[in-house]
Amino acid sequence: MMEPDIVKDAEMEILLKDIFSIYDYDFTQYSKASLKRRLNRICIIDKFTSFAELRYRLVNDASYLPHFIEEITVNVTEMFRDPHFYKALRKDILPVLGTHPFIRIWIAGCATGEEAYSLAILLKETGLYERSLIYATDINPGALEKASRGIFPAGPMKQYAENYILSGGTKDLSSYYVSQYDRVRFHSALNEKMIFSTHNLVSDASFNEFQLILCRNVLIYFDKDLQNSVFKLFDDSLQPLGYLALGAKETIRFSNLDYKYRQWNNEKIWKKIGPES
Amino acid sequence: MKNYYKQTGILLIGGSAGSIHVLLKMLPNLDKELSFPIIIVLHRKAGSESILEELLRAYTNLPVIEAYDKLKIHHSCIYLAPPDYHLLFEDKEHVIMDLSEKVNYSRPSIDVTFRSAAYIFKTGTTALLLSGANNDGVEGMRSVIRYGGTILLQDPDTAEVNYMPKQVLLGMQVHEILRPEDMASFINQLNSKQ
Repeated sequence: MMEPDIVKDAEMEILLKDIFSIYDYDFTQYSKASLKRRLNRICIIDKFTSFAELRYRLVNDASYLPHFIEEITVNVTEMFRDPHFYKALRKDILPVLGTHPFIRIWIAGCATGEEAYSLAILLKETGLYERSLIYATDINPGALEKASRGIFPAGPMKQYAENYILSGGTKDLSSYYVSQYDRVRFHSALNEKMIFSTHNLVSDASFNEFQLILCRNVLIYFDKDLQNSVFKLFDDSLQPLGYLALGAKETIRFSNLDYKYRQWNNEKIWKKIGPES
Repeated sequence: MKNYYKQTGILLIGGSAGSIHVLLKMLPNLDKELSFPIIIVLHRKAGSESILEELLRAYTNLPVIEAYDKLKIHHSCIYLAPPDYHLLFEDKEHVIMDLSEKVNYSRPSIDVTFRSAAYIFKTGTTALLLSGANNDGVEGMRSVIRYGGTILLQDPDTAEVNYMPKQVLLGMQVHEILRPEDMASFINQLNSKQ
Protein backbone atom coordinates (compact mmCIF):
# COMPACT_ATOMS: atom_id res chain seq x y z
CA MET A 1 0.00 0.00 0.00
CA MET A 2 1.26 3.45 -0.90
CA GLU A 3 1.54 5.45 2.29
CA PRO A 4 0.85 9.13 1.69
CA ASP A 5 2.26 12.03 3.68
CA ILE A 6 -1.07 13.61 4.55
CA VAL A 7 -0.18 14.59 8.11
CA LYS A 8 2.99 16.64 8.63
CA ASP A 9 4.99 16.78 11.85
CA ALA A 10 3.74 20.22 12.88
CA GLU A 11 0.14 19.19 12.17
CA MET A 12 0.57 16.07 14.27
CA GLU A 13 1.60 18.27 17.21
CA ILE A 14 -1.55 20.37 16.78
CA LEU A 15 -3.76 17.31 16.62
CA LEU A 16 -2.22 15.71 19.71
CA LYS A 17 -2.79 18.93 21.66
CA ASP A 18 -6.42 18.98 20.53
CA ILE A 19 -6.96 15.38 21.60
CA PHE A 20 -5.38 16.03 24.98
CA SER A 21 -7.31 19.22 25.70
CA ILE A 22 -10.71 17.92 24.50
CA TYR A 23 -10.63 14.23 25.39
CA ASP A 24 -7.84 13.95 27.97
CA TYR A 25 -5.95 11.29 25.99
CA ASP A 26 -2.26 12.18 25.96
CA PHE A 27 -0.35 10.88 22.93
CA THR A 28 2.27 13.64 23.00
CA GLN A 29 4.95 11.31 24.34
CA TYR A 30 4.39 8.57 21.80
CA SER A 31 7.22 7.90 19.32
CA LYS A 32 6.72 10.36 16.48
CA ALA A 33 7.75 8.06 13.62
CA SER A 34 5.26 5.31 14.51
CA LEU A 35 2.43 7.68 15.37
CA LYS A 36 2.77 9.58 12.12
CA ARG A 37 2.39 6.34 10.18
CA ARG A 38 -0.76 5.53 12.17
CA LEU A 39 -2.22 8.99 11.49
CA ASN A 40 -1.56 8.67 7.78
CA ARG A 41 -3.04 5.19 7.87
CA ILE A 42 -6.26 6.37 9.49
CA CYS A 43 -6.56 9.08 6.82
CA ILE A 44 -6.58 6.31 4.21
CA ILE A 45 -8.99 4.08 6.14
CA ASP A 46 -11.46 6.90 6.73
CA LYS A 47 -10.84 8.61 3.38
CA PHE A 48 -9.58 11.93 4.69
CA THR A 49 -7.63 13.64 1.93
CA SER A 50 -6.27 16.38 4.16
CA PHE A 51 -5.19 16.96 7.72
CA ALA A 52 -7.97 19.54 8.12
CA GLU A 53 -10.66 16.91 7.51
CA LEU A 54 -9.21 14.53 10.08
CA ARG A 55 -8.91 17.34 12.62
CA TYR A 56 -12.42 18.62 12.00
CA ARG A 57 -13.95 15.18 12.50
CA LEU A 58 -11.95 14.47 15.62
CA VAL A 59 -12.59 17.81 17.26
CA ASN A 60 -16.30 17.98 16.42
CA ASP A 61 -17.47 14.40 16.71
CA ALA A 62 -16.87 12.72 20.07
CA SER A 63 -18.38 9.48 18.75
CA TYR A 64 -15.40 9.22 16.38
CA LEU A 65 -12.91 9.00 19.25
CA PRO A 66 -13.21 5.26 20.09
CA HIS A 67 -12.58 4.34 16.46
CA PHE A 68 -9.65 6.78 16.37
CA ILE A 69 -8.10 5.24 19.51
CA GLU A 70 -8.59 1.75 18.09
CA GLU A 71 -6.83 2.58 14.83
CA ILE A 72 -4.12 4.84 16.20
CA THR A 73 -2.86 2.25 18.66
CA VAL A 74 -1.17 -0.87 17.33
CA ASN A 75 -3.13 -4.00 18.23
CA VAL A 76 -0.98 -6.57 16.45
CA THR A 77 -0.37 -9.49 18.80
CA GLU A 78 0.04 -13.27 18.66
CA MET A 79 -0.29 -16.33 20.83
CA PHE A 80 3.01 -17.66 22.17
CA ARG A 81 5.02 -15.02 20.28
CA ASP A 82 8.74 -15.74 20.95
CA PRO A 83 8.22 -19.37 22.09
CA HIS A 84 11.50 -19.38 24.05
CA PHE A 85 10.06 -16.62 26.23
CA TYR A 86 7.02 -18.72 27.08
CA LYS A 87 9.27 -21.69 27.67
CA ALA A 88 11.20 -19.67 30.25
CA LEU A 89 7.92 -18.63 31.89
CA ARG A 90 6.73 -22.22 31.98
CA LYS A 91 9.93 -23.86 33.18
CA ASP A 92 11.50 -21.23 35.41
CA ILE A 93 9.29 -18.30 36.35
CA LEU A 94 5.87 -19.86 37.01
CA PRO A 95 7.28 -22.54 39.38
CA VAL A 96 8.70 -19.69 41.50
CA LEU A 97 5.38 -17.85 41.44
CA GLY A 98 3.77 -21.13 42.46
CA THR A 99 5.35 -20.80 45.88
CA HIS A 100 2.92 -17.95 46.59
CA PRO A 101 -0.53 -18.88 47.88
CA PHE A 102 -2.11 -16.53 45.39
CA ILE A 103 -0.75 -15.27 42.06
CA ARG A 104 -1.57 -11.91 40.55
CA ILE A 105 -0.43 -11.16 36.99
CA TRP A 106 -0.87 -7.95 35.02
CA ILE A 107 -0.77 -7.92 31.23
CA ALA A 108 -0.39 -4.24 30.44
CA GLY A 109 -1.41 -3.38 26.89
CA CYS A 110 -3.05 -6.74 26.20
CA ALA A 111 -4.66 -5.63 22.91
CA THR A 112 -7.02 -8.38 21.71
CA GLY A 113 -5.91 -10.80 24.41
CA GLU A 114 -3.80 -13.44 22.65
CA GLU A 115 -1.11 -13.20 25.34
CA ALA A 116 -3.65 -13.50 28.15
CA TYR A 117 -4.97 -16.76 26.69
CA SER A 118 -1.43 -18.04 26.11
CA LEU A 119 -0.60 -17.35 29.73
CA ALA A 120 -3.83 -18.93 30.95
CA ILE A 121 -2.87 -22.12 29.10
CA LEU A 122 0.55 -22.11 30.78
CA LEU A 123 -1.06 -21.61 34.18
CA LYS A 124 -3.48 -24.46 33.49
CA GLU A 125 -0.69 -26.79 32.46
CA THR A 126 1.48 -25.91 35.45
CA GLY A 127 -1.47 -26.43 37.80
CA LEU A 128 -1.51 -22.81 39.00
CA TYR A 129 -4.56 -21.48 37.23
CA GLU A 130 -7.04 -21.96 40.07
CA ARG A 131 -5.11 -19.66 42.39
CA SER A 132 -4.19 -17.07 39.79
CA LEU A 133 -5.77 -13.86 38.58
CA ILE A 134 -4.83 -12.28 35.27
CA TYR A 135 -5.51 -8.56 35.00
CA ALA A 136 -5.55 -7.73 31.29
CA THR A 137 -5.65 -4.03 30.55
CA ASP A 138 -5.49 -1.85 27.47
CA ILE A 139 -6.17 1.75 26.47
CA ASN A 140 -8.53 0.47 23.78
CA PRO A 141 -12.05 -0.65 24.85
CA GLY A 142 -12.74 -2.23 21.47
CA ALA A 143 -9.71 -4.50 21.77
CA LEU A 144 -10.68 -5.48 25.33
CA GLU A 145 -14.17 -6.37 24.18
CA LYS A 146 -12.64 -8.79 21.66
CA ALA A 147 -10.24 -10.14 24.29
CA SER A 148 -13.03 -10.88 26.73
CA ARG A 149 -14.96 -12.91 24.14
CA GLY A 150 -12.01 -15.24 23.51
CA ILE A 151 -12.83 -15.53 19.82
CA PHE A 152 -9.93 -15.29 17.40
CA PRO A 153 -9.47 -15.61 13.65
CA ALA A 154 -8.70 -19.19 12.64
CA GLY A 155 -6.07 -18.17 10.07
CA PRO A 156 -3.04 -17.85 12.36
CA MET A 157 -3.92 -20.86 14.55
CA LYS A 158 -1.51 -23.18 12.73
CA GLN A 159 1.35 -20.80 13.51
CA TYR A 160 0.16 -20.46 17.13
CA ALA A 161 0.03 -24.26 17.47
CA GLU A 162 3.65 -24.47 16.30
CA ASN A 163 4.65 -21.70 18.72
CA TYR A 164 2.84 -23.50 21.51
CA ILE A 165 4.76 -26.73 20.89
CA LEU A 166 8.07 -24.82 20.66
CA SER A 167 7.24 -23.18 23.99
CA GLY A 168 7.12 -26.59 25.64
CA GLY A 169 3.43 -27.34 25.23
CA THR A 170 2.66 -31.05 25.20
CA LYS A 171 -0.99 -31.07 24.18
CA ASP A 172 -2.72 -30.04 21.01
CA LEU A 173 -3.51 -26.32 21.09
CA SER A 174 -6.83 -27.13 19.43
CA SER A 175 -7.89 -28.96 22.59
CA TYR A 176 -8.39 -25.50 24.12
CA TYR A 177 -10.86 -24.17 21.57
CA VAL A 178 -13.72 -25.06 19.27
CA SER A 179 -13.62 -24.06 15.61
CA GLN A 180 -16.51 -22.06 14.22
CA TYR A 181 -16.08 -21.45 10.49
CA ASP A 182 -13.25 -18.94 10.11
CA ARG A 183 -12.93 -18.36 13.85
CA VAL A 184 -12.07 -20.26 16.96
CA ARG A 185 -13.62 -19.84 20.41
CA PHE A 186 -11.41 -20.59 23.40
CA HIS A 187 -13.03 -22.51 26.26
CA SER A 188 -14.58 -20.23 28.83
CA ALA A 189 -12.62 -22.11 31.52
CA LEU A 190 -9.59 -20.14 30.25
CA ASN A 191 -10.98 -16.69 30.89
CA GLU A 192 -12.86 -17.14 34.13
CA LYS A 193 -9.75 -15.93 35.98
CA MET A 194 -9.19 -12.96 33.68
CA ILE A 195 -10.23 -9.44 34.59
CA PHE A 196 -10.43 -7.05 31.65
CA SER A 197 -10.27 -3.34 32.23
CA THR A 198 -9.28 -0.18 30.41
CA HIS A 199 -6.09 1.33 31.72
CA ASN A 200 -4.02 4.07 30.12
CA LEU A 201 -0.32 3.62 30.92
CA VAL A 202 0.21 7.32 30.24
CA SER A 203 -2.20 8.67 32.82
CA ASP A 204 -3.62 5.95 35.09
CA ALA A 205 -2.10 4.98 38.41
CA SER A 206 -1.04 1.68 39.91
CA PHE A 207 -4.09 -0.35 40.95
CA ASN A 208 -2.69 -3.45 42.64
CA GLU A 209 0.49 -5.32 43.47
CA PHE A 210 1.61 -8.13 41.20
CA GLN A 211 4.17 -10.92 41.10
CA LEU A 212 4.45 -10.77 37.33
CA ILE A 213 3.86 -7.93 34.88
CA LEU A 214 3.91 -8.56 31.14
CA CYS A 215 4.19 -5.53 28.91
CA ARG A 216 5.50 -6.73 25.59
CA ASN A 217 5.82 -4.56 22.51
CA VAL A 218 3.98 -1.64 24.04
CA LEU A 219 6.89 0.53 25.21
CA ILE A 220 8.32 0.65 21.68
CA TYR A 221 5.57 3.18 20.90
CA PHE A 222 6.59 5.49 23.78
CA ASP A 223 9.45 7.98 23.94
CA LYS A 224 12.21 7.60 26.54
CA ASP A 225 10.62 9.89 29.15
CA LEU A 226 7.30 8.12 28.95
CA GLN A 227 9.06 4.77 29.11
CA ASN A 228 10.71 5.89 32.33
CA SER A 229 7.42 6.92 33.88
CA VAL A 230 5.84 3.61 32.88
CA PHE A 231 8.78 1.73 34.41
CA LYS A 232 8.08 3.71 37.61
CA LEU A 233 4.42 2.66 37.42
CA PHE A 234 5.44 -0.99 37.00
CA ASP A 235 7.93 -0.70 39.84
CA ASP A 236 5.16 0.67 42.09
CA SER A 237 2.97 -2.25 41.02
CA LEU A 238 5.48 -5.08 41.43
CA GLN A 239 6.20 -6.97 44.63
CA PRO A 240 9.81 -7.33 45.72
CA LEU A 241 11.24 -10.35 43.85
CA GLY A 242 8.47 -10.00 41.26
CA TYR A 243 9.12 -10.26 37.54
CA LEU A 244 8.75 -7.81 34.68
CA ALA A 245 8.59 -9.18 31.12
CA LEU A 246 9.17 -6.97 28.07
CA GLY A 247 9.16 -7.44 24.28
CA ALA A 248 12.07 -8.95 22.36
CA LYS A 249 13.58 -5.58 21.42
CA GLU A 250 12.79 -3.68 24.62
CA THR A 251 14.93 -3.24 27.72
CA ILE A 252 14.89 -1.63 31.15
CA ARG A 253 18.68 -1.35 30.96
CA PHE A 254 18.86 2.30 29.98
CA SER A 255 16.13 3.46 32.36
CA ASN A 256 16.35 5.12 35.79
CA LEU A 257 15.27 1.88 37.47
CA ASP A 258 17.85 -0.42 35.96
CA TYR A 259 19.68 -0.68 39.30
CA LYS A 260 16.67 -2.36 40.96
CA TYR A 261 16.35 -5.16 38.41
CA ARG A 262 18.38 -8.21 37.36
CA GLN A 263 17.88 -9.69 33.91
CA TRP A 264 16.95 -13.36 33.95
CA ASN A 265 19.12 -15.58 31.76
CA ASN A 266 19.26 -13.42 28.62
CA GLU A 267 15.48 -13.51 28.32
CA LYS A 268 13.50 -10.27 28.34
CA ILE A 269 12.52 -10.97 31.91
CA TRP A 270 13.76 -8.89 34.83
CA LYS A 271 13.55 -9.77 38.50
CA LYS A 272 13.00 -6.96 40.97
CA ILE A 273 15.63 -7.31 43.64
CA GLY A 274 14.47 -7.41 47.25
CA PRO A 275 14.64 -4.42 49.61
CA GLU A 276 17.62 -5.83 51.49
CA SER A 277 19.70 -7.24 48.65
CA MET B 1 31.98 9.97 -8.56
CA LYS B 2 29.47 12.78 -8.49
CA ASN B 3 29.86 15.32 -5.74
CA TYR B 4 26.44 15.01 -4.17
CA TYR B 5 27.08 11.41 -3.16
CA LYS B 6 29.33 12.79 -0.46
CA GLN B 7 26.21 14.02 1.35
CA THR B 8 25.37 10.49 2.42
CA GLY B 9 24.21 10.57 6.03
CA ILE B 10 22.74 7.08 6.03
CA LEU B 11 23.20 4.09 3.77
CA LEU B 12 20.21 1.76 3.50
CA ILE B 13 20.48 -1.69 2.00
CA GLY B 14 17.33 -3.69 1.28
CA GLY B 15 16.92 -7.15 -0.16
CA SER B 16 15.10 -10.42 0.04
CA ALA B 17 15.50 -13.69 -1.80
CA GLY B 18 19.02 -14.16 -3.07
CA SER B 19 20.57 -11.08 -1.52
CA ILE B 20 22.66 -12.60 1.27
CA HIS B 21 25.46 -13.79 -0.97
CA VAL B 22 25.62 -10.28 -2.47
CA LEU B 23 26.16 -8.89 1.02
CA LEU B 24 28.83 -11.49 1.71
CA LYS B 25 30.68 -10.38 -1.41
CA MET B 26 30.43 -6.69 -0.52
CA LEU B 27 31.02 -6.59 3.22
CA PRO B 28 34.66 -7.77 3.39
CA ASN B 29 35.76 -4.91 1.14
CA LEU B 30 34.13 -2.01 2.97
CA ASP B 31 36.44 0.54 4.59
CA LYS B 32 36.67 0.36 8.37
CA GLU B 33 35.91 4.06 8.68
CA LEU B 34 32.74 5.26 7.01
CA SER B 35 31.13 8.64 7.61
CA PHE B 36 27.64 7.13 7.93
CA PRO B 37 25.82 4.17 9.53
CA ILE B 38 24.61 1.29 7.37
CA ILE B 39 21.12 -0.12 7.90
CA ILE B 40 20.33 -3.51 6.39
CA VAL B 41 16.72 -4.65 5.96
CA LEU B 42 16.38 -8.23 4.77
CA HIS B 43 13.24 -10.27 4.49
CA ARG B 44 13.64 -13.23 6.77
CA LYS B 45 11.61 -15.65 8.75
CA ALA B 46 10.52 -14.67 12.25
CA GLY B 47 12.42 -16.65 14.85
CA SER B 48 15.61 -16.88 12.79
CA GLU B 49 17.12 -14.81 15.61
CA SER B 50 20.79 -13.99 15.59
CA ILE B 51 22.10 -16.41 12.94
CA LEU B 52 22.18 -13.75 10.24
CA GLU B 53 23.89 -11.28 12.56
CA GLU B 54 26.65 -13.81 13.25
CA LEU B 55 27.01 -14.71 9.59
CA LEU B 56 27.44 -11.08 8.52
CA ARG B 57 29.83 -10.46 11.39
CA ALA B 58 32.14 -13.16 10.07
CA TYR B 59 32.47 -11.24 6.79
CA THR B 60 33.28 -7.72 7.99
CA ASN B 61 35.49 -5.76 10.37
CA LEU B 62 32.70 -3.27 10.98
CA PRO B 63 30.56 -3.89 14.06
CA VAL B 64 27.27 -5.64 13.18
CA ILE B 65 24.43 -4.96 15.59
CA GLU B 66 20.87 -6.24 15.47
CA ALA B 67 18.80 -3.13 16.11
CA TYR B 68 16.53 -2.71 19.12
CA ASP B 69 14.16 -0.05 20.39
CA LYS B 70 15.59 3.52 20.75
CA LEU B 71 19.06 2.34 19.73
CA LYS B 72 21.50 5.17 19.07
CA ILE B 73 23.21 4.61 15.73
CA HIS B 74 26.82 5.50 14.88
CA HIS B 75 28.87 5.90 11.73
CA SER B 76 31.01 2.95 10.62
CA CYS B 77 28.55 0.49 12.16
CA ILE B 78 26.17 -1.92 10.46
CA TYR B 79 22.65 -2.31 11.88
CA LEU B 80 20.36 -5.14 11.00
CA ALA B 81 16.58 -4.80 11.17
CA PRO B 82 15.41 -7.56 13.55
CA PRO B 83 12.98 -10.21 12.35
CA ASP B 84 9.27 -9.42 12.71
CA TYR B 85 9.61 -5.70 13.48
CA HIS B 86 9.54 -2.67 11.21
CA LEU B 87 12.52 -0.39 11.72
CA LEU B 88 11.82 3.36 11.71
CA PHE B 89 13.95 6.45 12.32
CA GLU B 90 12.80 8.64 15.20
CA ASP B 91 15.51 11.18 14.34
CA LYS B 92 18.97 11.12 12.72
CA GLU B 93 20.48 9.31 15.69
CA HIS B 94 17.83 6.88 16.90
CA VAL B 95 15.93 3.98 15.42
CA ILE B 96 12.70 2.58 16.86
CA MET B 97 10.86 -0.70 16.46
CA ASP B 98 7.27 -0.98 15.27
CA LEU B 99 5.08 -4.06 15.33
CA SER B 100 2.24 -2.73 13.22
CA GLU B 101 0.71 -4.67 10.31
CA LYS B 102 2.94 -6.24 7.67
CA VAL B 103 3.53 -4.16 4.55
CA ASN B 104 3.81 -6.04 1.23
CA TYR B 105 3.45 -9.23 3.32
CA SER B 106 6.73 -8.24 4.98
CA ARG B 107 7.88 -7.27 8.48
CA PRO B 108 10.45 -5.83 8.43
CA SER B 109 9.36 -4.03 5.29
CA ILE B 110 12.00 -2.35 3.13
CA ASP B 111 9.47 0.28 2.05
CA VAL B 112 8.74 1.24 5.64
CA THR B 113 12.40 1.74 6.58
CA PHE B 114 13.35 3.50 3.34
CA ARG B 115 10.40 5.90 3.62
CA SER B 116 11.17 6.70 7.22
CA ALA B 117 14.84 7.34 6.43
CA ALA B 118 13.98 9.51 3.43
CA TYR B 119 11.75 11.66 5.60
CA ILE B 120 14.42 12.14 8.27
CA PHE B 121 17.64 12.31 6.20
CA LYS B 122 16.21 13.89 3.03
CA THR B 123 19.06 14.41 0.51
CA GLY B 124 21.40 12.54 2.85
CA THR B 125 19.67 9.24 2.16
CA THR B 126 21.41 6.71 -0.03
CA ALA B 127 19.49 3.50 -0.67
CA LEU B 128 20.70 0.31 -2.33
CA LEU B 129 18.15 -2.30 -3.38
CA LEU B 130 19.32 -5.85 -4.00
CA SER B 131 17.90 -9.01 -5.44
CA GLY B 132 14.32 -9.83 -4.53
CA ALA B 133 11.12 -11.51 -5.54
CA ASN B 134 8.42 -9.10 -4.43
CA ASN B 135 7.51 -5.45 -4.67
CA ASP B 136 8.69 -4.41 -1.23
CA GLY B 137 11.35 -1.74 -1.69
CA VAL B 138 10.00 -0.13 -4.83
CA GLU B 139 7.87 2.50 -3.08
CA GLY B 140 10.70 3.08 -0.63
CA MET B 141 13.06 3.88 -3.49
CA ARG B 142 10.47 6.29 -4.88
CA SER B 143 10.34 8.07 -1.51
CA VAL B 144 14.11 8.40 -1.38
CA ILE B 145 14.03 10.11 -4.78
CA ARG B 146 11.14 12.36 -3.77
CA TYR B 147 13.18 13.70 -0.84
CA GLY B 148 16.26 14.26 -3.00
CA GLY B 149 18.25 11.20 -1.95
CA THR B 150 20.28 8.80 -4.04
CA ILE B 151 19.14 5.37 -5.23
CA LEU B 152 21.46 2.53 -6.18
CA LEU B 153 20.38 -0.77 -7.67
CA GLN B 154 21.89 -4.18 -8.05
CA ASP B 155 22.34 -4.94 -11.74
CA PRO B 156 19.31 -7.16 -12.50
CA ASP B 157 21.56 -9.35 -14.69
CA THR B 158 23.51 -10.30 -11.57
CA ALA B 159 20.47 -10.82 -9.31
CA GLU B 160 19.46 -14.32 -8.34
CA VAL B 161 15.87 -13.11 -8.40
CA ASN B 162 15.58 -10.00 -10.53
CA TYR B 163 11.91 -9.10 -10.11
CA MET B 164 12.53 -6.37 -7.52
CA PRO B 165 15.41 -4.57 -9.31
CA LYS B 166 13.50 -4.75 -12.58
CA GLN B 167 10.43 -3.14 -11.00
CA VAL B 168 12.59 -0.20 -9.96
CA LEU B 169 14.06 0.18 -13.44
CA LEU B 170 10.58 0.26 -14.93
CA GLY B 171 9.49 3.31 -13.02
CA MET B 172 12.51 5.29 -11.86
CA GLN B 173 15.73 6.94 -12.90
CA VAL B 174 18.38 5.10 -10.91
CA HIS B 175 21.58 6.97 -10.01
CA GLU B 176 23.85 3.94 -10.31
CA ILE B 177 23.40 0.29 -11.29
CA LEU B 178 26.01 -1.82 -9.55
CA ARG B 179 27.36 -5.33 -9.86
CA PRO B 180 28.02 -7.10 -6.54
CA GLU B 181 31.81 -6.97 -7.02
CA ASP B 182 31.69 -3.18 -7.53
CA MET B 183 29.42 -2.31 -4.60
CA ALA B 184 32.02 -2.03 -1.84
CA SER B 185 34.33 0.31 -3.73
CA PHE B 186 31.36 2.47 -4.66
CA ILE B 187 30.19 2.66 -1.05
CA ASN B 188 33.72 3.45 0.11
CA GLN B 189 33.71 6.46 -2.21
CA LEU B 190 30.55 7.81 -0.55
CA ASN B 191 32.69 8.32 2.52
CA SER B 192 33.09 12.02 3.24
CA LYS B 193 35.93 11.30 5.64
CA GLN B 194 38.32 10.49 2.81
